[in-house]
Amino acid sequence: MIEAQGLSKRFHDKKRGEIRAVDNVSFRCAPGQIYGLLGANGAGKTTTLRILATILEPTDGTALVCGHDVVEAPEKVRANVGFLSTATALYPRLTAQELVEYFGRLNGLDEVTLKKRIDDIFARLDMNSFRDRRCDKLSTGMKQKTSIARTLVHDPPVMIFDEPTLGLDIMTARTITTFIRECRDRGKTVIFSTHIMSEVEKLCDVIGIIHGGKLLTEGTLAQLRERYAEQDLEEIFVKVVSPLQNQAEV
Amino acid sequence: MNLNAVGIVYRKEFREWVRDRRTLISTVLVPLFLFPLMMVGFSALAVVMVGKAEKETPKVMILGGEDSPQLIGSIKKLDSLDIVPYAANWKEQISNKDIRAAVEIPEGFEKSLQTDQSDTVKIYFYDGEMKSSFGANRLEKFLKDYRDSVVKDRLAAKNLPASVLSPFTIKQENVAPPEKVSGATFGSFIGYTVIILCMTGAMYPAIDLTAGEKERGTMETILSSPISRMDLVLGKFLLVFSASLATAILSVISMGTSFAILGHTSAMNTSSGHTLALNLGLLSVVSVFVMALPLSFLFSAVLMTIALFAKSYKEAQSYLTPMTFLIVIPAVASMMPGVELTPKLALIPVLNTSLVCKEIISGTYHWNSIIMIFVSTCVYAAAALFLAFKTFQRESVLFRS
Repeated sequence: MIEAQGLSKRFHDKKRGEIRAVDNVSFRCAPGQIYGLLGANGAGKTTTLRILATILEPTDGTALVCGHDVVEAPEKVRANVGFLSTATALYPRLTAQELVEYFGRLNGLDEVTLKKRIDDIFARLDMNSFRDRRCDKLSTGMKQKTSIARTLVHDPPVMIFDEPTLGLDIMTARTITTFIRECRDRGKTVIFSTHIMSEVEKLCDVIGIIHGGKLLTEGTLAQLRERYAEQDLEEIFVKVVSPLQNQAEV
Repeated sequence: MNLNAVGIVYRKEFREWVRDRRTLISTVLVPLFLFPLMMVGFSALAVVMVGKAEKETPKVMILGGEDSPQLIGSIKKLDSLDIVPYAANWKEQISNKDIRAAVEIPEGFEKSLQTDQSDTVKIYFYDGEMKSSFGANRLEKFLKDYRDSVVKDRLAAKNLPASVLSPFTIKQENVAPPEKVSGATFGSFIGYTVIILCMTGAMYPAIDLTAGEKERGTMETILSSPISRMDLVLGKFLLVFSASLATAILSVISMGTSFAILGHTSAMNTSSGHTLALNLGLLSVVSVFVMALPLSFLFSAVLMTIALFAKSYKEAQSYLTPMTFLIVIPAVASMMPGVELTPKLALIPVLNTSLVCKEIISGTYHWNSIIMIFVSTCVYAAAALFLAFKTFQRESVLFRS
C-alpha cells in the first residue's frame, strides 16, 4: 500500500530561483493495483517516485509505504520497495548473478534463501544463459532482465517503475510490461510512471495525470472517459493539461 | 551503523576494483615498477653515461703561451687531453661542443714564475655540460700539480720545508652510523614518495566510487537499496582507504628492493666515498607505515568528498588536479634543506608526516612529535570523513544536473 499525503518538493536553481517539482501531491495505491502516473517530461513524475523510493526527501508532506513513513523510516521503506527506472543502471564489472546477489544481501537475505531466490528468478526470467556474464557485456534486453531480477530478489510488496520502457525496443519493452502485470497478479502494489498513453491504457487500474508538479486528476480509465467526455486517453490528457499549459504560457 | 552492510559494500567494491584495469596500473604497476625503473634504471644509465664521458679524451685548445714553451710542452704531453690548434672562434667551438675547454696562458707566464710573481691562468668551459666539465677538471688538476711543483721548487731554493705552507691539515670525518647517513639523505625523498603514492592510490577509486557511479547511473540503483547512506559511505571509504594503503605498502616494498639493489651496485656514493646503502629497519618501516595510516585516511575521505561533487569521471579529475598541488607543495617543502620539525609544523597536515618520516628513516624518534602528528592527522581525517558523510546526505550533490 502507498499513501502519498501532500507531497511537495522544492529545488533551488541559481538561474530560475525556486522550482516546485512536486506540489502538494496526494494519492493512494492499493495492493494488486497498478497506479499509472501520466505526465509530460518535467511534470514531476520522477521526483514523486524518487520520494516514494526515499531517494529524495520531500520538502513538505509525507508518504506511507507499507505503513512506513518515507521521512521517518526510509530504510524500512526501501526494504519493502523494488525500484526500477532507466536511470537505475547495473554495475558493469559484476556478473548478472553477482549483481543480484549483492542487492539480495543488502536486503538482508541469508545465503540459503538468496540462492533459492536467485535460482527461481533466473529460471523464471530465462537468465541462466548469461548469469555469469559481466553486465557490461550484456545486451539491452539482458540488462533489463537483470534489473528486474535485482528489484525482485527481496520479493518486495511494492514496486515502483519510473518510465521503465523509455528508449527500449519493442521486445524488451514487452518483457517489462509483462513483468509489471505479473507483479500486480501476485498482489503487489505497483506504481508506474510514463508519458506513453498506450502503456497506461493497457496496464493501469488507476491513472493520475500530473503536470507542473500538481496531480490534476485521477481515476480509472472509465472514470476519466466519463469525466472528460472523451474516449481517447490522449484527448483526455490534453483537456486536463491545456488550461494549466495556457496559463503558464501567458 | 550496520557492520554487516558495510562489509557487503566493501566486498562488492573490492571485487569491482580488482577487475578495473586502471586500478592495476595506479595501485600495483606504478608503485611496483616505477621505483626500480626510476632508481635502478636511471642510476645505472647515469653510471654508464658518466663512464662513457670519462673515457673520452677531451679536445682542449691553448690560448696564448707562446713565451711559455715549458708549460705548453707539458700540457701537450698529457695523454688525458687532446690538444687542438688555436682558432679565433674558440668560444663558439666550446658552445657548439666541438671542443670541450680552452686554457689561456697569460703573456710572460714563465718569466713571472721565475721572478716569484703571481699570475692567473684561465680555463674556459661550458658550465653544466658534463664532458666540458671533465675537460676543465683535467686541465685544472694538471695546473694545480704544476703549481705545487713550482711552490716546492721555490721553497727548496730558500731552504724551507714543504710543511711551512701547511702547518696543519683539516679532515672531516663522519661519526654517524651508515644507515643514519643514508636515512638523512633519502628520508625526505621516501616520505615524499609514500605521501604522493598514498594520494594517487586513493584518487582513482575515490573517483570511480563516486563520480564514476553517477556517470554510469548506478548511484540511483544503490540509493534505492535499504542500506543507510552512512554504511554505504563507510563501505566505499574503506575500499578507497585500502587502495591508498596498498599503494603505500607496495611502494615501500618496491623502494626497499630498489635501494638494496642500488647498494650492491655502489651506484651512489657520499662525498666521503661511502656507498649509500639504505637499510630500512623493521621499526622504521612499521613507523612510516603507522604515520602514513591517518594521512591515507585523510586523503581517502577528502578525495571522495571532492569527487562526489563531480558528475563524471573527467570532471572529478579536473577537480582533483588542484588538490594534487595542495598535497605536493607541503610534501616538497619538507625536502627543502633546513626545514625541520617544529611544534607548529607538526600541526600542518602532509608537511608534518613528510618531516616525521624523514626523521624516522634517519633513526630519530621524537615521540612527542610523533604522537602529536599522529593525533592531529587522525583528527583531520575524522573531520574529513564526517564531511564525506554529510556530503552523501546532500541531494543537490548526489543529483547535481
